[in-house]
Amino acid sequence: MEQLKTIGRELAMGSQGGWGQSKEFLDLVKSIGEARSKVEEDRIILREIETLKRRIAEPDVTRRKMKEYIIRLVYVEMLGHDASFGYIHAVKMTHDDNVSHKRTGYLAVTLFLNEDHDLIILIVNTIQKDLRSDNYLVVCAALTAVCKLINEETIPAVLPQVVELLGHSKEAVRKKAIMALHRFYQRAPASVAHLLSHFRKIILTADEIALNAFKDCRFLLDGIQAIKFSALSYDKRLSDNDPGVMGAALCPLFDLITADVNSYKDLVISFVSILKQVAERRLPKAYDYHQTPAPFIQVKLLKILALLGSGDKQASGHMYTVLGEIIRKVEMSSNIGNAVLYECICCVSSIHPNTKLLDAAIETTSKFLKDPDDTLKRKTFELLYKMTKSTNVEVIVDRMIDYMISINDNHYKTEIASRCVELAEQFAPSNQWFIQTMNKVFEHAGDLVNVKVAHNLMRLIAEGFGEDDEGADSQLRSSAVSSYLGILGEPKLPSMFLQVICWVLGEYGTADGNYSASYIIGKLCDVVEAHPNDITVKAYAITGIMKIYAFEVAAGRKVEMLSECQSLIEELQASHSTDLQQRAYELKALLGLDSHAVQHVMPLDASCEDIEVDKNLSFLNKFVQQAIEKGSQPYIPESERSGFSEVGNFKTLNEHENAGHGLRFEAYELPKPVPPVNISPAPHAPQITHTIPVSEPSHPREINQNPNPSSSADTSSANSEIKLQLGGVPMKWGKPAYSSSSSSSSGTISNTANGVAHRDAAAITAASQTRDFTYNHRRQQVEVSAEKQRLAASLFGKSSKSEKKVPSTNKASKASFPNTEKLAAKPLPAAEAPKEKLSNSSPQPPPPPDLLDFSESSPSIPAPEDPFKQLEELVGPSAAVVPEAHDIMGLYGLNFSPVTPANRNSEEANIVVANKKGPNLRDALEKDSVARQVGVTPTGNNPNLFRDLLG
Amino acid sequence: MQAWNKIHFVLLLSRQGKVRLTKWYSPYAQKERSKVIRELSGVILARGPKLCNFVEWRGFKVVYRRYASLYFCMCIDAEDNELEVLEIIHHFVEILDRYFGSVCELDLIFNFHKAYYILDEILIAGELQESSKKAVARIIAAQDSLVDTAKEQASSLSNMIAQATK
Repeated sequence: MEQLKTIGRELAMGSQGGWGQSKEFLDLVKSIGEARSKVEEDRIILREIETLKRRIAEPDVTRRKMKEYIIRLVYVEMLGHDASFGYIHAVKMTHDDNVSHKRTGYLAVTLFLNEDHDLIILIVNTIQKDLRSDNYLVVCAALTAVCKLINEETIPAVLPQVVELLGHSKEAVRKKAIMALHRFYQRAPASVAHLLSHFRKIILTADEIALNAFKDCRFLLDGIQAIKFSALSYDKRLSDNDPGVMGAALCPLFDLITADVNSYKDLVISFVSILKQVAERRLPKAYDYHQTPAPFIQVKLLKILALLGSGDKQASGHMYTVLGEIIRKVEMSSNIGNAVLYECICCVSSIHPNTKLLDAAIETTSKFLKDPDDTLKRKTFELLYKMTKSTNVEVIVDRMIDYMISINDNHYKTEIASRCVELAEQFAPSNQWFIQTMNKVFEHAGDLVNVKVAHNLMRLIAEGFGEDDEGADSQLRSSAVSSYLGILGEPKLPSMFLQVICWVLGEYGTADGNYSASYIIGKLCDVVEAHPNDITVKAYAITGIMKIYAFEVAAGRKVEMLSECQSLIEELQASHSTDLQQRAYELKALLGLDSHAVQHVMPLDASCEDIEVDKNLSFLNKFVQQAIEKGSQPYIPESERSGFSEVGNFKTLNEHENAGHGLRFEAYELPKPVPPVNISPAPHAPQITHTIPVSEPSHPREINQNPNPSSSADTSSANSEIKLQLGGVPMKWGKPAYSSSSSSSSGTISNTANGVAHRDAAAITAASQTRDFTYNHRRQQVEVSAEKQRLAASLFGKSSKSEKKVPSTNKASKASFPNTEKLAAKPLPAAEAPKEKLSNSSPQPPPPPDLLDFSESSPSIPAPEDPFKQLEELVGPSAAVVPEAHDIMGLYGLNFSPVTPANRNSEEANIVVANKKGPNLRDALEKDSVARQVGVTPTGNNPNLFRDLLG
Repeated sequence: MQAWNKIHFVLLLSRQGKVRLTKWYSPYAQKERSKVIRELSGVILARGPKLCNFVEWRGFKVVYRRYASLYFCMCIDAEDNELEVLEIIHHFVEILDRYFGSVCELDLIFNFHKAYYILDEILIAGELQESSKKAVARIIAAQDSLVDTAKEQASSLSNMIAQATK
């Protein structure tokens, strides 16, 4: 009896339900499911590979067994291991006469072999034979293999047969034959070149028949047959319509048209006609997908039309009606509807433009802006961005700005902002609109947009729109000024925007005479007051004030210093920011000049003028001459100077220097820790030790090197007394920097503490006599250039500084753009970095305890009562009356006693789902019984395995 | 790698990162395949349920959709229509569901070869060859009927034995 039972079970396992594999294979799958790590999984598979190698090699393996081994090989390969030892058996399997075995063979070889595998030659023969088979399923299997395996060399071997199959009576075969030819075309276009007309004819015929049998839904005739048997079997084919074949033919056609658009222009009308009928639901219902008529075919057709209509006014003309219809009809609530719509809009935008369609497209697209799905919105904006023209720019940019305001994603906000700016610059219908748009962008994303954008805006306002229409330009400026004055009242403006506002107010605030100088200055003072911590804005504001005053002075008007401005200047003169200090001092100095000088320093509206720079400083020649006559030493060029071992002091042309101790223009010493050995003479030691922090050598960059090595220790110490002051001056500028007039202001601020330290440091170096000066000098030059770069960066880092240096040159500020840009760009990669990290982050911690919970003790099989049997009765033919869910629960409870509440829930859920699905209850039960039979239970930690994928 | 195909590969992954099905339409060496699977399971399984179904990856786009504990992934060119592919996935799942009757992951674990057969009827060489569920169901049923005769015999035999041993 027991034996019989076992036989029954084995038999059942071999055939019943879905899982027709042997116990051995089921165990393998189970143990893979139970594997807790990749390593364990690999071990199991390696063992399985060994088993299979052995088994396959055994003599007299039955075909049925072999079939299973091959499926197991597929499994092994699927899990990423090499099963090549069994490929040959899969190949042999394809030779089998049994269709089921043959199919397994074909499945395996298509999964195992790439088109260039050596074994393929062994299959070609079989394929040839199978393509001629009477059984269309065999032909189908062979064609599937053809698609995957046939390479350029073997195409000729099967091509004639595949072509012949285009006329096969089964649409499944015709369809696959088309796909195979498509594949051939992709592999070796020349090999099927003579067949291209076939594809063309499919479409022509499909359309022709469609017209004839318009009301008949069987209109989409398979054209290939028509070609092949023409009039002979005409009526027969009428009843054998197959949109599937037509749909398949669209794949190769798409490729062919991509390669050569012009040869297919004559098909436009046919495609349009087919698309029209598809959209009108004239295809069989089976092709509907979620209430959308044959969407996949529509998408393909739309792609093709986009190719054909691109740049062809006549062809496009045929498409307008149907495209409009699709846009109007399509279901926008489903993904598939949107997929069609997207393709349709892409088509509309690539064919010859039609205003009505574009408008419809824009309208539909903008509906997505209200859709909560971000991805859709983004896609939409991408589309809108590309569709923007001067006629629709206002609507689109408006929408974009609204969206920009609504989102929190800074990265995307930045992108949209820059796109808005770009579109506005390109298509702005009026100055007014442009300024207002830019205001909005800056107001809401001011801190996110690239500095370049701000600079561009300033330049645009300064230069106008490029036409030589001064009136329009000044109108643009006036409208900018008045809108900015309005905006200034709002709280919390982004720094970047404020900078633009300050600059524009400074430059053009009083230009049109609508606003008085004191009004503008008052506003600028307010800005400074409201943003005590934003140095850049303050710098822009103070420069703005300076310009206004300068213009006033230059115009000969009497200037009254506002009290708030006065206090502002005083405050800034004591600012921690040297930049602000300098600006404040400059402003003060400017006010002391006469109107003529001021006019030269700050010409009105000269931000676009180029400034000529006399690099030779020839205007100083007279001054130099005077100085030399008074006994000053002439300037020694650097190149000559460096060779000298003894140059007392470099008296330079700088008028601020007195002869006593010249400002040193020699390069600073290279950053090299001064080794204590160098502190040679004892007398200096105490001096050094009491002031120098131990770490001092780490700042050697600032140490002045005494160029006077020949002097004795005494003189050097005496000299150092003089040089001490010099050492204390943090000379930020390298040699070439002395020409920069603005350096003086920052140069004068010396840190006393540092000064002390440096003084001693200077003493140390002065004392060191063992230097090779020439060598040092060379090293220093390198150092200087690095230093120079750093300084340049820090100098240009703040756009305000560049403006300060040459306050009224647009050129200068333009020149500084690249620098500021670079700086602004820096944060970007940083922001991207975490994202990258995220995507790079290793998968997940090792997967939690596993899916297939097969209760440890191989549950059902050794159970005294066979639950499977009982379930089988339940679901057997006698169980036509579906029992109540609760009854089943009871049954389960009886037979599978240890059911935890959680498990129970999952089971209940299963049954509820099954109940909902009505007729599927039986399915579910059957499945459950099979699952239990092979030892897989839904109890445990992965009840998901049993959950309906669509549930 | 030649990029002929619309769909470069299909991948079914469980939530634990186990491979349930792989189908490669563009040539990938075995080593490369393992790498791709490793990489993608890292990317996709870590994504929250509210994140987008499309992931840009190595210059391609991977469209994925989660059903219960199973992820269906398809890799397409970056400029392809991802919404359409998303629905091709669903099309596939619906056909599986119709075939297995309320398909669950377990069905695919033990019947992966059947899933392959079904996939072969939907996609060929990375292109959608049939968009009618009915047509696919018809041919799969025809294929199964070849094997069914044998099965029925075995099944009735097993029933008989079950009855006898009651």
